[in-house]
Amino acid sequence: MHEPIIELHDLTKQYGKFSAVDRINLTVRKGEIFGILGPNGAGKSTTILMMLGLTDPTSGDVKVCGIDSTRNPIQVREKVGYLPEDVGFYDDMTGIENLLYTARLNRIDEKKAQAKARELLERVGLPLDTKKKAGKYSRGMRQRLGLADVLIKNPEVIILDEPTSGIDPAGVQEFMDLIRQLRDENGLTVLFSSHHLDQVQQICDRVGLFGGGKLLAEVNIEELQSEEHGLENMYNRYFGGGKSHE
Amino acid sequence: MNKIQSPFWVIVRKEVADHVRSWRFIILIAIIALTCMGSLYTALTNIGAAIKPNDPDGSFLFLKLFTASDGTLPSFVIFISFLGPLLGIGLGFDAINSEQNKGTLSRVLSQPIHRDYLINAKFVGALIVIGVMLLTLALLVMGFGLIAIGIPPTAEEFSRIICFIGVSIVYVAFWLNLSIFFSIKFKQAATSALACIAVWLFFSVFYNMIVNLVGKAISPSAMASTYQIISYQKFMLNLLRFAPSMLFNEATTTLLMPSVRSLGPLTMEQVHGAIPSPLPLGQSLMVVWPQLTGLIAATVICFALSYASFMRKEIRSR
Repeated sequence: MHEPIIELHDLTKQYGKFSAVDRINLTVRKGEIFGILGPNGAGKSTTILMMLGLTDPTSGDVKVCGIDSTRNPIQVREKVGYLPEDVGFYDDMTGIENLLYTARLNRIDEKKAQAKARELLERVGLPLDTKKKAGKYSRGMRQRLGLADVLIKNPEVIILDEPTSGIDPAGVQEFMDLIRQLRDENGLTVLFSSHHLDQVQQICDRVGLFGGGKLLAEVNIEELQSEEHGLENMYNRYFGGGKSHE
Repeated sequence: MNKIQSPFWVIVRKEVADHVRSWRFIILIAIIALTCMGSLYTALTNIGAAIKPNDPDGSFLFLKLFTASDGTLPSFVIFISFLGPLLGIGLGFDAINSEQNKGTLSRVLSQPIHRDYLINAKFVGALIVIGVMLLTLALLVMGFGLIAIGIPPTAEEFSRIICFIGVSIVYVAFWLNLSIFFSIKFKQAATSALACIAVWLFFSVFYNMIVNLVGKAISPSAMASTYQIISYQKFMLNLLRFAPSMLFNEATTTLLMPSVRSLGPLTMEQVHGAIPSPLPLGQSLMVVWPQLTGLIAATVICFALSYASFMRKEIRSR
């Protein structure tokens, strides 16, 4: 439960002179739901891209499951599922076909993939045998399909980048419950990035507060619950104003 | 138990399936098939007139199917050189940017695959489609020709036609790579399509005009020596050869007209004593070797450019 699974060490990403991510040190432990909270442009997505080896850090290192993401991105991506913000699917394929394509890219045996895809569709609450193409899916359905897509490779870690943006409140609640269930049943480690204070507060065990490319503070669950040191105060101290609302 | 495919071939398979099912491809294949049938028709109606007595190409009747024309409709070769670029551009101009805009690029690249798999597979997939299509068309033209004129092709003619198809595939691959490069560089599919078409128009329309202008400016006086005139001619020809369509035309005419002995100017001295007979295939290939190398090099350069810029690209969602 306490072994570190994501380790960032002095991680920095610069675009020209601008530091998108500035010397971040962070450890996420196995089995926890870690929230990355911060306003737009805080460096959340860039940090995530570096964890997956989709962009190279200027300096510092990232290790996921003990593997260097910059040197061996392929091995990292075998173990990490990533749900990008506003995920897209191939519009002319059905939901299950999209899932099977991902499974094939992960070298999963065709029969196992079929069974797994059906199981996952059921789990995320999408209709099973429908001829509906992914292009006709609503935003909320796409996001659910995205979660199934992330899970089909049996990941150890899932990284969700703003997974709830654009879903209605009831949908958000279901989505969050699903994430918590997954953690509890499968022992997944979840990295949850968001700019919604209340969502992060509700689901996460620990939270990292990002702002201007820096990790401003780390808050754990006890502090999350206590009022005066709570996340809300912290958020207000750094970013001012009331609760963040869209 | 079937064995698990490598992710590279999984992507290739999907690309091929996408191309074949898309409306775009159906439209392109319809245009090309129709024009080819048209040119075949003109070639067949004129094939009698195309063979003159004492024509060194006379023994290569079958090749006339691809080159003969009475002037109303261009020949098969001209059609391929004109429509081939359109085919290449059509299959490549939105290769990467449409995936980016749909939000599938970051999802696919976060799977355990090498990043170059995607771009290589896009290229290989489109190339397979193009290759199969051109080969089918040529074989169809041969088949119809066989029925109509009743004379089977010789082994030499057949191998010349296969070489011609090979050159055509390389030529279309050049345009395919160029359009893939633009699809990486430009975020909007429309912009990259326009950029490709601009390059295509430039080389097929404006480039000749520009070369003519340059030619007029530097043309030697009437008093110039033969040597000067020849070097001027060679210079102009080399300028024209910067256009890929020129290289393609030179390569295919040499392959399909075995009597072509040289692509540059020849002096009377050089021609003197030569028997006007067709060259064997090996010699024709020798004549067009520089053109072939040039075409392949241009293709490889475009691919290398797109490869390099894709590998450095940062993949963001949408």
